[in-house]
Amino acid sequence: MTTLTTWLRDPNPASRLQARLGQGYLGWLRFRRNPLAMIGFLIVSLLLLMAAFAPLVATHDPITQNLTQRLLPPLTAGHLLGTDEFGRDIFSRIVFGARVTLYIVGLVAITAPIFGLLIGTVAGYFGGWVDQVLMRITDIFLAFPKLILALALVAVLGPGIENAVLAIALTSWPPYARVARAETLTVRNADYIAAVRLQGAGAGRIIWGYVMPMCLPSVIIRVTLDMAGVILTAAGLGFLGLGVQPPMAEWGLMISSGRKFLFEQWWVATMPGLAIFIVSLGFNLLGDGLRDVLDPRSAGK
Amino acid sequence: MASTDTAPPRRRSRLVHNLKRLGATVLALAATFLGLMLITFVIGRVVPIDPVLAVVGERATTAQYEAAREALGLDRPMWEQFVIYVRDALTGDLGTSIRTRTPVAEDIARYFPATLELATIATIFGVLLGIPAGVLAATRPGTWIDQLVRLIGLMGYSMPVFWLGLMGLLLFYGILGWVGGPGRLDAGFEMMFEFDVPRVTGMILIDTALAGKWDIFRNALSHIILPAGVLGYYSMAYISRMTRSFMMNELSQEYITTARVKGMPEWRVIWVHALKNVMVPLITVIALSYANLLEGSVLTETVFAWPGLGLYITTALFSADMPAVLGGTVVVGIVFVALNMFSDILYRLVDPRAR
Amino acid sequence: MFAEPTLRRVGLAALSALMLGTAPVALLAETPADTLVIADAIDDIVSIDPHEAFEFSGTDMLNNVYDTLVELDPTKPGELVPGLAESWDVSEDGLTFTFKMKQGISFSSGNPVRAEDAAWSLQRVVKINKTPAFILAQFGFTPENVDQKIRAEGDTVVLELDKPYAPSMVYNCLTAVVGSILDKETVMANEVDGDMGNEWLKANSAGTGAYVLRSYKAQEGYVLEAREDHWRGAPKLKRVFVRHVPEPATQRLQLEKGDIDIARKLNTTDIEGIAGNPDVKVVDDVAGYIYYLALNQKREPLNNPKVMDALRWLVDYDGMAATVFKGQMMVHQHFLPRGYLGSLEETPYELNVEKAKALLAEAGFPDGFTTTISVRNDQQRVEMAQSIQNTFGQAGIKVELKPGAGAEVLGDYRARNHDITLQAWGPDYPDPHTNASTFAYNPNNADEGQLTGILAWRTAYDPGELHDMTEAAVIERDTDKRRAMYEEIQRKHRDTSAFIAMFQQISQTALRSNVEGFYTGGATDQATYWLATK
Repeated sequence: MTTLTTWLRDPNPASRLQARLGQGYLGWLRFRRNPLAMIGFLIVSLLLLMAAFAPLVATHDPITQNLTQRLLPPLTAGHLLGTDEFGRDIFSRIVFGARVTLYIVGLVAITAPIFGLLIGTVAGYFGGWVDQVLMRITDIFLAFPKLILALALVAVLGPGIENAVLAIALTSWPPYARVARAETLTVRNADYIAAVRLQGAGAGRIIWGYVMPMCLPSVIIRVTLDMAGVILTAAGLGFLGLGVQPPMAEWGLMISSGRKFLFEQWWVATMPGLAIFIVSLGFNLLGDGLRDVLDPRSAGK
Repeated sequence: MASTDTAPPRRRSRLVHNLKRLGATVLALAATFLGLMLITFVIGRVVPIDPVLAVVGERATTAQYEAAREALGLDRPMWEQFVIYVRDALTGDLGTSIRTRTPVAEDIARYFPATLELATIATIFGVLLGIPAGVLAATRPGTWIDQLVRLIGLMGYSMPVFWLGLMGLLLFYGILGWVGGPGRLDAGFEMMFEFDVPRVTGMILIDTALAGKWDIFRNALSHIILPAGVLGYYSMAYISRMTRSFMMNELSQEYITTARVKGMPEWRVIWVHALKNVMVPLITVIALSYANLLEGSVLTETVFAWPGLGLYITTALFSADMPAVLGGTVVVGIVFVALNMFSDILYRLVDPRAR
Repeated sequence: MFAEPTLRRVGLAALSALMLGTAPVALLAETPADTLVIADAIDDIVSIDPHEAFEFSGTDMLNNVYDTLVELDPTKPGELVPGLAESWDVSEDGLTFTFKMKQGISFSSGNPVRAEDAAWSLQRVVKINKTPAFILAQFGFTPENVDQKIRAEGDTVVLELDKPYAPSMVYNCLTAVVGSILDKETVMANEVDGDMGNEWLKANSAGTGAYVLRSYKAQEGYVLEAREDHWRGAPKLKRVFVRHVPEPATQRLQLEKGDIDIARKLNTTDIEGIAGNPDVKVVDDVAGYIYYLALNQKREPLNNPKVMDALRWLVDYDGMAATVFKGQMMVHQHFLPRGYLGSLEETPYELNVEKAKALLAEAGFPDGFTTTISVRNDQQRVEMAQSIQNTFGQAGIKVELKPGAGAEVLGDYRARNHDITLQAWGPDYPDPHTNASTFAYNPNNADEGQLTGILAWRTAYDPGELHDMTEAAVIERDTDKRRAMYEEIQRKHRDTSAFIAMFQQISQTALRSNVEGFYTGGATDQATYWLATK
């Protein structure tokens, strides 16, 4: 252990690997000093574990109805967080709902940035009218009220989990495109790009192999910071009945169905909302901490 | 583009340059709006909800259905419908809402003030609380105050607005009874407002104040305080974060040290000198957050039954009332772009580095 | 501390703003004494032209603004009483109906009500041919012949029908809102492009009712003002304000706080919640809505009689009525709602998974099958669909729910694109033919038929002999025989058709305890405001 840390902290690394790992280790140390970031890290880890082992964590089946056990208050024997209008255990539904949330977040985190990267790098690399047209399209999407665009898209595609993902991805790519374009502009005239071009590489290869990797770090930071936003948007769609469909357990949908009982059986709407809150907060704290570590320029901001 | 250059020939070229730039901006704006309209229009036409059914209802026979479809102009080719729509929109005619049967422009004129009123009060909350909090945090980086401000801000980014609204209703309306419920007024006052108060701005607080109807005013205030507070929290989260970062940057400047060395009281250094200099970027931030509130109040308006533009567009969307969706979206888009441009211009005017 | 002065000031401002906002809530916890304030969900209103309106909220309003020749007694559901006509008669051959007008009644404009106004109004229904026009047109009126078939003769209005319909059927149809009598002079003075005043009537009224429309705002509400010189006597309450409040929970709070007098859209939870409150009371009444499933007969295996039978045993009728929809739905397995001539109250079907499994096995689907249920995106219906999804699943039938906007689900249904759809149907006029002619009647089941207004056509169901029985029942002039015919049609329909009727809605109205004399109209009529006091 001690030898490992010494090796990692060696100010004169012997190999490139050692240097990189050393940097990572220092980053981790910096990250660990930030208590809020650590809390975020813990929350997100817990969420991942909960989703992975949902059938073990949950005490009941999240879908099977039991009309004789409906609307039981929290802390009733066997139902930690109470039951909903169909007698389903709210705790178990929240646990399984974590899977749905992670699924949506994961898919959006992959699709939107890739699309944004593609548009941004192409626009930045070619410049001229290509840039003009692509950026104009980006502006149009930015000028749209985001949630309304997502609503409209779901209305076109029909409700459902995949379509919700698609709608969210289609509304959240423009910022990535802008970030990627800005990065591309700074590297496209760099000497090494010119060198690759002289070797006869085509535009596609240059963008894919040399420009995109340069844009990745800043995009990744943005993605982490946007995660919470994605969770909230997905929940909003679910709340309006346009996201995940029943009987699947999704937190936004659960709030929406509990709304009817808000003043009597307050827990039905409150509990899933708390889940969303805690998880988004986790992602936000984590993203905030990560940014401080990965992007020293903005440290402390 | 040095602004100090005053030689006449250069000045003319600068004028030409500026004109060109203005032209380009206008062109770009026009293209943005055309694109905005086109996308909304296409979405409206491919949406699987049939607007004709919203008009004729469940019982209609096929002949009645066809007659209604023709009356709505939906039997024409799509491109023709779009051209007609854009042409009418340029003259301020946004078509007639299928649901409310009134001109969309009239509907928007009625719904928009509600959103404007809500967003304005929310922004006032956000500014009044966010700036002091951000300044406080910036002057004590790393302390518990800083962490607290950061945590409160992050919590704002993490709560579903519709849930916070519901919880607020549960606590402050349902249990404590401190605030008015959903809607802009109690039913009794709603009627008094309808018949006894002349409509000037459409914003209840302003119109009732102008008419001297203070009882309605206070009732309206009791209704707006909760939704505005909820939205204001989000605005505060954003503003406090940005204020902190701008202030941190400013406080590390030379002139601040100089001022301190000269023995200027610390509160003057911070609240007068530093804050004055971060005001410009802050106004940009406030304008942006304001624009976001205007467009982002869809869920809040749903929860609080607030008859604003967001609710108007959503309900219209659910009944495939495309003229209403189109009109609403275009108006929100215009406001959004206009606020962005405003902050941009302000930035250029005040900050010479940005020219 | 340097920050203090400013912060304190800000804090003070914020605090005083809060105080200002919170203090006055307790001040006005009651509605104006001469105004009836009703919270309802009125976003179903499409038009308030009485000859176009066809939605519950709209017809509730119009019932108080317009009158018909023959009316239903609001206090005794189903009983015919004179409206604008003082007496009526039918010829020997059953083809000619004559209505004698009451004298001395005036429209809200001051114009006297003449037989000419009445004849013109009924002609207008047929001529503008909006959705509810069929209620009159089914008697053989067309835009071309209506000027001859409906005419004013002195102080009587004469209607000539194409077949000798049961007289009760004719009178019942005339009580519907579409039979409202309008002020011809006022309406025609506001005609635009030959629309017979259709556009003008979307914001104005021109009737003889107890109230006059003062203002109407779609999705927000409407205000009615009483007519002091109303022919039934001036209403007790000077104004009626109906406010659009879509959230039941909100309606409930407003009612308990005294912000409204009547809440019309409370759900089970809210009704239970206000049970102990002495300031409010709940009145139950049957409503006309029937909740049913329609099985598309173009889809395998939904057209298999054994499968259809199995599905009837796979709905938890009693479970739903006792829990999720407690007090709001009663089990009802026939297409005629209670309150109608010939309605049946027996409920032979119940949840029986074993029986259903046996039937499915007989049909060749021992392991069930996969299907979809489309349903309007409304919480109550989605909950019902979820329960059905659950019980179907117990017999191995895997159901995917397809919730959508109302018009979307309806569009699918009209295009015969559904598998199973969960729908609700409210009768159009207080006669059994209204539902029989749509559930058990289908003159052409082919796709080209395009009889999109008929439910049986929509779900591709050919009622066979039931179709002929329905046609016979509507011209049966002996009421007892007619009742027996509808009973037979319904029993057969219940056991063999492509529909599964499940529930009849109960309307639960919650009122402040001082409100009296408010009638919802039950299953056959519309709401009556003019008898209300508080």
